[in-house]
Amino acid sequence: MMSKKYDAIIIGGGHNGLINAAYLAKAGKSVLVLEKRHIVGGAAVSEEIHPGFTYSVCSYVVSLFRPHIIRELNLVKHGYDIIPMDSSFQPLPDDDFGLCRWGDASRSRREIARFSKKDSEVYGEFGKVMTHMAKLAKEVIDHPAPDVASINPKELASLLRMGKVFKNLGPELLQMNTKLLTMSSADFLDLWFESEVLKGPMAVSGIIGTFLGVRSPGTAYVLLHHYMGELDGAFRSWGFSKGGTGGVSNACASAAKSFGAEIRTNVDVSCVKIINGKATGVVLANGDEIDSKIVVSNLDPNRTYLKMIGEDNLTSEISTEIKRFKLRGSSGKVNFALSGVPNFCKKREGLDYMKGDIAIVPNIDYVEKAYDQAKYGEFSEKPYINIVVPSLTDPTLAPPGKHVMSCFVQYAPFDIKEGPEYWPKLADKFGDAVQNTIKEYVPDIDSLVEHRQVVTPWDLQETFGLTEGNIFQGELTLEQLLFQRPISGYAKYKTPIENLWMSGSGTHPGGGIMGSGGELSAKSILKEKVI
Amino acid sequence: MPLETPFHPRTSEHNKSLDWKEWGGYFAANTYNVVSDFEYFAFRHSAGLIDVTPLFKYRVTGKDASMFLSRLIVKDISKLKLNQATYCCWCDDRGMVIDDGTVMRFGEDEYFVTAADPSYSWFSRFVKKLDVHIEDLTDTYCALALQGPMSRDILRNMCDADMDGLKFFWTTSAKGDGFEFKISRTGYTGDLGYELWVKNEDALKLFDAIWDAGLNYNIRMSGIAALDIARIEAGLVMNGVDYHSSLHALIPEQMSTPYELGLGWTVNLERDPFVGQKALQTEARNGSKWATVGIDINWPDLEALYKKHGLPPHTDAGAWRHSVPIYDKQQLSKQIGYATSGTWSPTLKKNIALATIEIEHAAPGTEVNIEVMVEHHRQTVRAIVGRPQFFNPDRKRSILKK
Repeated sequence: MMSKKYDAIIIGGGHNGLINAAYLAKAGKSVLVLEKRHIVGGAAVSEEIHPGFTYSVCSYVVSLFRPHIIRELNLVKHGYDIIPMDSSFQPLPDDDFGLCRWGDASRSRREIARFSKKDSEVYGEFGKVMTHMAKLAKEVIDHPAPDVASINPKELASLLRMGKVFKNLGPELLQMNTKLLTMSSADFLDLWFESEVLKGPMAVSGIIGTFLGVRSPGTAYVLLHHYMGELDGAFRSWGFSKGGTGGVSNACASAAKSFGAEIRTNVDVSCVKIINGKATGVVLANGDEIDSKIVVSNLDPNRTYLKMIGEDNLTSEISTEIKRFKLRGSSGKVNFALSGVPNFCKKREGLDYMKGDIAIVPNIDYVEKAYDQAKYGEFSEKPYINIVVPSLTDPTLAPPGKHVMSCFVQYAPFDIKEGPEYWPKLADKFGDAVQNTIKEYVPDIDSLVEHRQVVTPWDLQETFGLTEGNIFQGELTLEQLLFQRPISGYAKYKTPIENLWMSGSGTHPGGGIMGSGGELSAKSILKEKVI
Repeated sequence: MPLETPFHPRTSEHNKSLDWKEWGGYFAANTYNVVSDFEYFAFRHSAGLIDVTPLFKYRVTGKDASMFLSRLIVKDISKLKLNQATYCCWCDDRGMVIDDGTVMRFGEDEYFVTAADPSYSWFSRFVKKLDVHIEDLTDTYCALALQGPMSRDILRNMCDADMDGLKFFWTTSAKGDGFEFKISRTGYTGDLGYELWVKNEDALKLFDAIWDAGLNYNIRMSGIAALDIARIEAGLVMNGVDYHSSLHALIPEQMSTPYELGLGWTVNLERDPFVGQKALQTEARNGSKWATVGIDINWPDLEALYKKHGLPPHTDAGAWRHSVPIYDKQQLSKQIGYATSGTWSPTLKKNIALATIEIEHAAPGTEVNIEVMVEHHRQTVRAIVGRPQFFNPDRKRSILKK
């Protein structure tokens, strides 16, 4: 029996794959999404791992999701629902009051003034400059990356447009931009602030998902990447997805289906079917083949090139280049089901201070030391932990009075000295290190834990398909961005194989639940009228 | 000076922004916090508690109560079943709306009516020789609105009422710990939610019981500012903002008919006489001049205007309530209507408004231009006309058992 030939097959039902499918289906194309796991969402997934408790297993906050995608795909109707976060709390040892930064600027200023009066006043100015910077970055992320090597007039126009934005910044901001692109996140913050306490939680935004330290050059850009989530200002784009981050994926899936896309789960694709250098469909692990006019891989660049295409179909230069693409996962997740509130600061009245994120990073040195251990193949015994207790905000995640606590933990290097396969044996130890670190602030944590799920970089690779456990499908370092993401010459969602496209975080503009890869890829496909 | 409502000891404790405004002669919290958007999000994600005591409240009793209210109101109130509630409006002889509110039937001959304006005098005019007694409960009964997806769970934990079976726009009696109150599944947010009616002396008992039960459900105090965002998303018009009571209007142009307000669905035209019937029959036959619509203001257009100034797009925090001109799609000099209130919808990520617009431009999908103020300059951006109701989640009407 001849199976149906689709216009497009999308490999991988993460949020970008689903968004890609939704846009293509909306344009009237016949689309099939194939997901290996039993549920869609990829790393943006909610699962009831312990009865009654819903974990955002991997990705846990939504920051950069592009508002126009919400409107264009009518995602609210399909259940897209983000609950904003108001605060960022940094507990400090020795029963200190800690530092909480709030949406209320005056309140933040007073909190910061406990550590530095100067910093408390500079804080607002810093926000202003970063808003300018992020505005520029937005110009970049909402368009495909221009090709600097091309003399095609369209490419030149696109470059010119970007250049204009830079030019309009004025000399001062332009200098700032150069610093941002070249400096370390710690050094960049030194330009502004003196308090090592305040700089701690601010600097770590620069190392999320990279195997670098806060003192490594280039990390200032990643700081900006995370700052963009705050640019939306009135729109407060940092938030929790109702029902966990899987809510975003489910809304995207529902939208895709409403436009006619077909989604199949539990389908393992073994490779792309390539005939005469052209993608013509996919081959499943069970040997079945499904034909399509184009294939879109939502997998990371490593998997797309080396597994889906295969080295036999690549030139040695490209093989080498893609192997050099840095994945180097550096983080893990530990999710807890708790029988009560984990109070990080009993000195504070109420629980509002805990309704945003809680960053365990008492100062800059703390996180640099955590990196020291990782450099030599160990997980940090005293890691940087970014904690959220979303059930305080979204009561549907846990039974009344009980809570889920999500801990993003860095550093947990994929390349542990015993070898990455050894990670499963380390999982419990890693979980203990996290729990013990938290215990310094929440002394009764052990008695609250009903269930603990440890997600190591190995799990991120094996279960979620993120090679080497990199949460962004590739580090967000400067040499891997824009026209070099994933590799130069193929930064516009295309690959060396005709009719094989890409859409994941490993493409421009990169990670976070923002949906741009899926959207821009689909729009490029439609623009070129390949289907 | 405005009065304090019976909930004031609690609401003032929660009010960290000291931001009070006058509402119907009472102090009402406009916001409870300096950063107040979470008061809005409570309606959409957990539960927001609002003191709605200032609503005007009347008990209408007597053998002729059904007939009396049916004569007064554009809807046939006699059809209302026991414990049912309905949203409605009432008009003058010209078919011009005086006010809108809810009517609940608490007994064969007992109704409870809420209104935005004082209505005793207007109602009394029509009592004449009927067996009807109108009692003003405004100052003796107080009310809380608990609105949001968690509101049902909270109430289930603090009273004996069958919350799972209570349907949208129905009411029930309820007992808490040492007090009794009425629950109506009504509200002004377009979400799952309830309004709770209680004698003044039991106000704090009710408040405390709800608050305690709500702690596990992220309950928050919500102010009028938050309510305004929610009601615009839900497309609910407001007396004094989106229209003016014909009793207060100085010129005919300031008056509106139910059809013009999008409340045609509340009018039961063909029945025994009611106030305004003839005029409304004529309008139904000949058509209306105006319509109330929802306006979806083009965001990329606004973004582009701000970009010219080197700025990211900006909207006011919270809703606005002033008249903004709306122009023809082609002819920018031709004004075809005006927006009366609007907001950035945090849930829909859209810039929306409610507007009064000439009927020929009111079809959903019609493109118009609306005035915006960008860096002190008046400009226009495109907007699309639609139905007023932008947000209408399934949970608003859901019931958990048959």
